[in-house]
Amino acid sequence: MSTMTQTPPGAETPVFYDLDEHEHPPGHSTMLGFWLYLMSDCLIFAMLFAAYGVYGGSYAGGPTARELFELPLVAVNTTMLLLSSITYGFAMISADERKQGAVLGWLAVTALFGAAFLAIELYEFSNLIHEGAGPQRSAFLSSFFTLVGTHGLHVTFGLVWLGTLMVQVSRRGLVDANLRRLQCLSLFWHFLDVIWIGVFTFVYLLGVLR
Amino acid sequence: MSAETHHGHAADHAHGHDHDDPHGGAAHGSRKGYWIGFLLSVLLTAPAFALVMSGVIADPRLTAGIVMALAMVQIVVHMIYFLHMNTKSEAGWTMLALIFTAIIVFIVISGSLWVMYHMNLNMMPQMQAEMSSAGM
Repeated sequence: MSTMTQTPPGAETPVFYDLDEHEHPPGHSTMLGFWLYLMSDCLIFAMLFAAYGVYGGSYAGGPTARELFELPLVAVNTTMLLLSSITYGFAMISADERKQGAVLGWLAVTALFGAAFLAIELYEFSNLIHEGAGPQRSAFLSSFFTLVGTHGLHVTFGLVWLGTLMVQVSRRGLVDANLRRLQCLSLFWHFLDVIWIGVFTFVYLLGVLR
Repeated sequence: MSAETHHGHAADHAHGHDHDDPHGGAAHGSRKGYWIGFLLSVLLTAPAFALVMSGVIADPRLTAGIVMALAMVQIVVHMIYFLHMNTKSEAGWTMLALIFTAIIVFIVISGSLWVMYHMNLNMMPQMQAEMSSAGM
């Protein structure tokens, strides 16, 4: 028996594999997991952008992008989303400094800008539908409403999440779990702004140029 | 483990910056970083809108090229200053996932446009000929 375990001189040193479970503190992989979710979300938007790219010129004799899009409105919308991005950044800095009141304040400001963005987008959509340029009018408008609507839906869910998080922060304070949630929403919110860069460039600006 | 869970209370005053962040990896921004990102975004967005709305450049293709280039730069700016992307966070896995996604996005969008453009180009005259002959 003992001869089995003894290593003869000159033999290779045995290799040990660590088969024990390591310590997994709660949330140690949340950020990576959430990033992977965002990347898969990115693929959904890639499909919708591709569909818009293919159908963007299929007006079916209906109104064209140049006739429909109001760029000043889109510029205001872009400003709202960009402002909400930097105010969320300030909320994250306040969270790093463990200033709960400031976090809640900046989150509220972010929510206001996000809500303004959504209100302007809904106003634009209702205008289009009243002009008879609803999603059923042409392949161009179907793909437009699907792409921009999906982004708007993401912003809506971001706002719901933001409200939930404000309640959680005000009740439990800036505990580790809440800091983690704030970081996830930070990624989500800035990610939506990145998608919006694609939307205002490829849909609105290039649509008007087309 | 207990050090991890209690660090919010015990080490509150000692820390406050990125180096001992419990989630390991994801980088944080600074106030200055957010301002730089914001100002760069404004400087990249405003000319894009101005170019298209004023129509200064007569050639729409050139305008489209400039607008697309501005958007690409702005996406990179957002990635760095708002999403805090770098090659080190999560031991490089976030960057790897991002590169993989970028490749797939490129294939999906450019592939769709390429295939559908050529399909339209090659199929339409034939289809129309068939339809008109069937109509007769």
